[in-house]
Amino acid sequence: MKILVCISKAPDTTSKIAFTDNNTAFDKNGVQFIINPYDEWYALVRGLELKEANGGSVTILNVGGADNDPTIRKALAIGADDAVRINMEPTDALGVAKQIADYAKENAFDMVLCGKETIDYNGSQVGGMVAAFLDQPFVSNASKLDMVGNTATIERDIQGGKEIIEVDTPFVLSAAKGMAEARIPNMRGIMAARTKPLQVVEPSAFENTSEVASYELPPAKGACKMVSADNPAELLELLRNEAKII
Amino acid sequence: MSILVYANTAINKVHKSAFEAVSYGAQIAEKSGDKVTAVVVGNADNLDSLGKYGADNVVHVTSDKLDDFQPNLIAEAMQKAAADNNSSIIIFSHDLSGKSIAPILAAKMNAGIVTGAVDLPQTDGDFIVKKAVFSGKAYAHVKINTATKIISLTPNALEKKEFNKSASIESKSYELADSRLKVKEQKIQSTDLPLTEAELVVSAGRGLKGPENWGMIEELAKALGAATACSRPVSDMDWRPHHEHVGQTGVAIRPNLYIAIGISGAIQHLAGVNQSKVIVAINTDPEAPFFKAADYGIVGDAFEVVPKLVEAAKAMNHD
Repeated sequence: MKILVCISKAPDTTSKIAFTDNNTAFDKNGVQFIINPYDEWYALVRGLELKEANGGSVTILNVGGADNDPTIRKALAIGADDAVRINMEPTDALGVAKQIADYAKENAFDMVLCGKETIDYNGSQVGGMVAAFLDQPFVSNASKLDMVGNTATIERDIQGGKEIIEVDTPFVLSAAKGMAEARIPNMRGIMAARTKPLQVVEPSAFENTSEVASYELPPAKGACKMVSADNPAELLELLRNEAKII
Repeated sequence: MSILVYANTAINKVHKSAFEAVSYGAQIAEKSGDKVTAVVVGNADNLDSLGKYGADNVVHVTSDKLDDFQPNLIAEAMQKAAADNNSSIIIFSHDLSGKSIAPILAAKMNAGIVTGAVDLPQTDGDFIVKKAVFSGKAYAHVKINTATKIISLTPNALEKKEFNKSASIESKSYELADSRLKVKEQKIQSTDLPLTEAELVVSAGRGLKGPENWGMIEELAKALGAATACSRPVSDMDWRPHHEHVGQTGVAIRPNLYIAIGISGAIQHLAGVNQSKVIVAINTDPEAPFFKAADYGIVGDAFEVVPKLVEAAKAMNHD
């Protein structure tokens, strides 16, 4: 079973969000970068579990510059076999998806796994786009994935509940909570990751279909208005007459 | 030219978020003069209401291949509808269905896309859409460079405007590829309003001490006409169903009012709720981080405060 796991680099959840260059660029100063949690905890770990149970390989794919290599090495330390970095600063999801699809087309994977969204751009775009470029079925927001032969049984989130579906390989899946438990790399994994293959591939040509023109921080929150615990009814008065929302 | 809107349905109804998406399209059309076409896949008994929120016509796609949720095939149908209607802007709701279909369509049409829009696009000069990024901690203004533009709208982000048009309804059966995805079983946990579309949400956390204490939370929600939600530990311990979990790994919501009871306000939880218009925190600990993100707060024991709130809410309903 040949599995491709797409990972994105994202600022740690607790990072302070600030912008530079006249609010056109994210301020990376002092920011700790991690593997996007949905890509790591759910897509990568489930991919590794399937490989451990059925044999095969897990390849990591990232689109980014050389400064992403430590993040990619972490994915290798968790247990992936090899990695590919497409050497391009990502600008929009369609461009990233095209690079992923071009690589996946040449290397025939049984499945392409990614997280349901990144915690920085919150797009939920790349998985569906890769599926479209590869002309493969797309299963989004999956919370369980089991394989019997070439057939996957997948639980996916739908409006108001869940659905169990079946699909044959190849397919593209975006992973949500429930797929797997996060793994912490051990020392052996970290040592092994240093020598695992990380191939750098130059991107194919494409044109940006969208780009961030500027960023904006929300207005600072005013002080929290406190209501006495002895008279909670006052809270409802405030919500009705001051905030006017009930 | 036209603006095409995917109107999501569930259990024989066009969704509230779909009406928001139609109204969003109609507000863009007010400036551009375009026609607004709503596309509905599957059965719904409230198609007439689409005109109320601004659809000029409704294309009802009928195909037995679309009985189950098939994102690839719906994207294919949307592409055909876009060609039929000469559509330059295509709108989805940024809900679980829009998140599946819109990116497929963007790739098929090589169209620039912004998902999770929170405001109308700016169309003087460049076409720029505002969206929340960094899990609600900032906004990005994203420029779309292509002639065809796809936008998905965050549910409950904008007030839906009424246009009171009477939309003509036309059935279409498109030739679609065979589906490669088979639905075996559906587990609909709730037929109520999905959490992402609720305007008022009452949420509780570990401070409630056990699932047996949720009665008062449900009562408060009922008295306010609100949906219920919970924090991650509560859903992890199975005190409450998984689909109620809001936060970084659960669902992100944007209600008009979010009442957090017995939730400390960890950054991962706030990431899922910080876009709420008004936040209320009720917690025994005056140092709970939630008070920094809240507009209103009560320092007190939920077991004393919530029953009083329920009484007050009931009294208010009788006024």
